[in-house]
Amino acid sequence: MSDNEEHKKEVDDVSGVETTGHEWDGLKELNNPLPRWWVWVFLICILWSVWYFVVYPAWPTLSGHTKGTAGYTQYKELAESQKEIVQRQATYLERFEKASNEEVLNDPELYAFAMAGGKSAFKDNCATCHGTGAQGGMGYPNLNDDDWLWGGKLSDIHQTLEYGIRADNLDSRVSQMPAFGKDGLLKKEEVDAVVDYVLTLSGGHHKDSYDQGKEIFGQQCASCHAADGKGLQEFGAPNLTDKIWLYGGDRQSIYETVYNARAGMMPAWGERLDKNTIRQLAIYIHQLGGGEKDDTYSETVPSDDTNIQDNNDPSHQE
Amino acid sequence: MSWSNHEHLEKNALLLLVLVIVVISIGGIVEIIPLFRKETVIEPVTGMRPYTPLELAGQNIYIRENCMACHSQQIRPLRDEVVRYGHYSLAAESMYDHPFLWGSKRTGPDLARVGGKYSDEWHKAHLVEPRDLVPESIMPSYSFLLKRGAKLHDLDKHLATLKTLGVPYTDEMIENAEKDAIAQAHGEARSEIGGLQERYGEKVNARDFDGQPNIISEMDALIAYLQVLGTMVDFNAIKDVEDIGETGGAE
Repeated sequence: MSDNEEHKKEVDDVSGVETTGHEWDGLKELNNPLPRWWVWVFLICILWSVWYFVVYPAWPTLSGHTKGTAGYTQYKELAESQKEIVQRQATYLERFEKASNEEVLNDPELYAFAMAGGKSAFKDNCATCHGTGAQGGMGYPNLNDDDWLWGGKLSDIHQTLEYGIRADNLDSRVSQMPAFGKDGLLKKEEVDAVVDYVLTLSGGHHKDSYDQGKEIFGQQCASCHAADGKGLQEFGAPNLTDKIWLYGGDRQSIYETVYNARAGMMPAWGERLDKNTIRQLAIYIHQLGGGEKDDTYSETVPSDDTNIQDNNDPSHQE
Repeated sequence: MSWSNHEHLEKNALLLLVLVIVVISIGGIVEIIPLFRKETVIEPVTGMRPYTPLELAGQNIYIRENCMACHSQQIRPLRDEVVRYGHYSLAAESMYDHPFLWGSKRTGPDLARVGGKYSDEWHKAHLVEPRDLVPESIMPSYSFLLKRGAKLHDLDKHLATLKTLGVPYTDEMIENAEKDAIAQAHGEARSEIGGLQERYGEKVNARDFDGQPNIISEMDALIAYLQVLGTMVDFNAIKDVEDIGETGGAE
């Protein structure tokens, strides 16, 4: 203490302020007090941190962490902010869930609701394959036209979305074109003949092998693509007469298709998206331009207890 | 030691150093040590399994190509992320990642739940030339993965190493690592798939991922890895996890 008293007496000549008594090579440290406001902010921060420790999750412990009296978790915060969306949508959602597809299409408000939801879900989930404008690409169908592989009725589209195509789902749409060349079902010249015949279906020139190709088509292809080559939607077999090609319509591409077969795959979105989003998507895609009218237009969505079998009957043909 | 004696500390560098270390370690001990107990951070969920050898080979490629520089693997519990990417990531979902691949920057989208979102063909076409499918993409082309054979012969060593880090690989898994990788890339046509499913569960994806049956390429491995991301946890049981989130995972 005697040391300290010595320092206390030492006052800087120029500023008149006490020094701390520390000296480095003749330089001494002034003992100016901290500004009062700073001290108060410091003390308030300490108090605030004590309050924070009590109210919020703060300290890790050996079996978890202190929970805080407010019961705050980020999971809860998320749940609450999601509840907010649901509440905002509730007025529409309630009506949307109850309305039949026909009612949705005829009610401007519900229709706008479905289209808005479908559009944003499409961009997040579908556009990566089908393109931002749903224009499709090599191996991914264009959804703007009226050429449908598995049916273009609202119920067909809904089914495709929910369960996918060749997806890992029991209700998925499944068909498999045989690899006629690779698996040796047809000889090379037979593949050539049938490819040339398929080209004639959409206006290609007849070749010498026309009759042979036609015969092979009748035996091997017609069961799925139909005798006239217009396809059967129950097998997802495309129409071969319309010049719309999923994997390219030049001779080489068609040859590869017949030789190696094709089998596009679409995930079952029912496993990833909720049922309202799926329905919004179905309506959105249906309205893109090529949606076909349902036979029974008063149908309701599959979640209803109406007869689903009728709605999903894929035998509807153009 | 009275307050006036801090001059003594300031003039004794070694003592000051020792005491600074003591003070800083208190923060470290209190904040970090409890996290070494995985019970404090990892939610008890069902469905998690170690990566199959082929998926692990894919993860090694993911690391080699530094995919995590542009892609994160963590969906935060925020509304917009959950809407876009799906259920927020759980700590349990990366408990077998060594190193973890959460990433910190999203030049490309988050990949934590990309598994099953796209078809194998899509992944192949996209890795070969991303702009064919996403015109505005700036991702580089990885077409060389198709031509390079995946490195399978040393996978048993990778499994054994991960086992020492606590990943529950069994001796049987380590022994059959290469065989399992081959079986998974060949798909159902091979009979060994039975053993693979016994070891890694019914849900394991086994097929020719890259559409080249004659080669198990790096593309096979990478797509196998991508297709399993975020698909393991059984989300029917997730309500429990959310409740546990509130109570902190204590048992």
